[in-house]
Amino acid sequence: MLSLNRVSKVYKVGTFGGKDLVAVRDCTFDVSPGECVSLIGESGSGKTTVGKMVLKLISISKGSITYDGADVASVKGGGDVKSYYGHVQGVFQDPFSSYNPIFKADRVFDLIRREYFPGMAAAEWRDKVEAALRSVTLDPSQVLGKYPHQLSGGQLQRLLVARALLLDLKILVADEIISMLDASTRIDVLNLLADLKSRGVGILFVTHDLSLGNYISERTVILRRGSIVEMGATDKVFGQPTHPYTRMLISSVPQLHKKWSQIEAEIGDPVVKGASCLFHDAYPTAGKNGIYAPTDPTLVKIEDDHFVGCFDLDNEKVGILAA
Amino acid sequence: MSLQVTDLRVYYRTRAGDVKALDGATFQIADKEIMGLAGESGCGKSTLGNSLIRLDGRMKYISGNVNLDGTDLPIWDKDEMVQYRFREVSVVPQYAMSAMNPTRKIGKMVADLVESRGMKFGEIKDELTRRIDLVGLDQDVLTRYPIELSGGMKQRMVMVISTLLDPSLLIADEITSALDVSTQRAVAETLVSFRDHGFVKSMMVITHDVSILYQIADSIMIMYAGKLAEKAPTATIIQKPLHPYTQALVNSLPEVGVRYKDKKLAGIPGSPPSLLKPPTGCRFRARCPLAFAKCAEEPPFVKVDTDHSVACWKVPGTDA
Repeated sequence: MLSLNRVSKVYKVGTFGGKDLVAVRDCTFDVSPGECVSLIGESGSGKTTVGKMVLKLISISKGSITYDGADVASVKGGGDVKSYYGHVQGVFQDPFSSYNPIFKADRVFDLIRREYFPGMAAAEWRDKVEAALRSVTLDPSQVLGKYPHQLSGGQLQRLLVARALLLDLKILVADEIISMLDASTRIDVLNLLADLKSRGVGILFVTHDLSLGNYISERTVILRRGSIVEMGATDKVFGQPTHPYTRMLISSVPQLHKKWSQIEAEIGDPVVKGASCLFHDAYPTAGKNGIYAPTDPTLVKIEDDHFVGCFDLDNEKVGILAA
Repeated sequence: MSLQVTDLRVYYRTRAGDVKALDGATFQIADKEIMGLAGESGCGKSTLGNSLIRLDGRMKYISGNVNLDGTDLPIWDKDEMVQYRFREVSVVPQYAMSAMNPTRKIGKMVADLVESRGMKFGEIKDELTRRIDLVGLDQDVLTRYPIELSGGMKQRMVMVISTLLDPSLLIADEITSALDVSTQRAVAETLVSFRDHGFVKSMMVITHDVSILYQIADSIMIMYAGKLAEKAPTATIIQKPLHPYTQALVNSLPEVGVRYKDKKLAGIPGSPPSLLKPPTGCRFRARCPLAFAKCAEEPPFVKVDTDHSVACWKVPGTDA
């Protein structure tokens, strides 16, 4: 439904934009209806940038994102953009900064009504809002008419999801939506996402927390410095992590019933001595002389629904378009 | 016994009244013990940490006693505490980024700090360089500005500075929360190595992340709404917790390996009570699945086993 095809984002930095900063390079993956894809990466890996490009908050430098076969970048003009946002919505990290503190929190619903349902009768609208609130397990009488500071972070995040549900939601970009929540409430928001999946909503779950991604998603994409290093079915990526970076990440996650030393013993040394790069074994000519052609592959398939990139952690150019 | 805290109460003064953020804490930290302190936001865990080092203007000392290595700390007196801070009690704050002076080179800043305590920088220089090596930083960090270091490097540098005078107690407040998983691990392991090298005698590690405590802490103390809920050795808290709040908290954590489709985790319904007018009796009562009539009285924080204390009427041995 949503598919990214060799998407790159280059930010202009430095005085007068003299330098290029490649934030995302050559990312290719899909999000299908009812599927949760987690996009995992450390700070600066470009995970949020991918989410922003899907939401049309920033432009795409190279490559294309298509939604239902239509190019997202070419969605222009009030009507088309509005219908795109009718299906694709985002929820962000800090619930408190997503609201205007001087207005009541339910104002976010009124904005939707004004834009998308101007003709709807008040009673019908109220029923619709209450149904959306109940589906995110909120009690309408407890949250309607309150200011943001009167509600908890978990309630505010769920309100934002309810807001997206008022529309004909097909894709939800969830950018670190539970990182700021407390342990006791974060799992409820996470389960809510799982509930959305069963209604056929595709979720792009952007996170730095591997255990959350593992819990919720069907497929996992691991980003490092803007490039995908490993992706595929979640149980394969977490079950047989192949790329040295993925192995290092998984061995660093603090777990509740296993000590680090024990995890390390199970996974083994991230960099297996003498192991060759699976990517360059398959595509020996890719990136010859350090130059990658726009048609060069970026990932190699190692089993069904499991792909890895070049193993060389210093190889910055893997997948970069010959610029 | 390294640290002995008895019935410590610290409230916040607000216009609406006193917020009872820390309402009677009694516990000990032994020599060589790394104690983890966990709880949700607003449960008073940072208040407890801060009150052992510095009460800011809004915080009001109500009662209680803090004894470190046989000496009572005058925690209610900001000026009296000066002689203990850095030498006896030290802190690693959450935001290492803002803990260092941005306009001074790091070496200069350390020199200022040490000299403000009446010591010569030269005397401490060798030890400083040795410890910088130990945490895996380059020697030239001393000639750099804080802005030139990454988050993990700054965090480690602040840890070196905080423990330079071998304090007896180190308070580490959410030091891994803002870091990436790989740096998180390096920083957490550095904490343990500081204890093993004897740079600090005992440590209180404050975090909301119980899984990081499982990796590094010897014991874990759980707080809820300004009260202590449970304290026990790490393995006991994770595997055989007694307090219903600890049980719910541990069960609500997703781990690598737990999948939604295999095992649906459950959160804790409801939200923590307001500490401005905390409910009478057990403060977890409203969210507790086991609550019964007796919970209208406040459960005492009692010892139920060696090193295991808990505040819940449902735990055998509490009602005695």
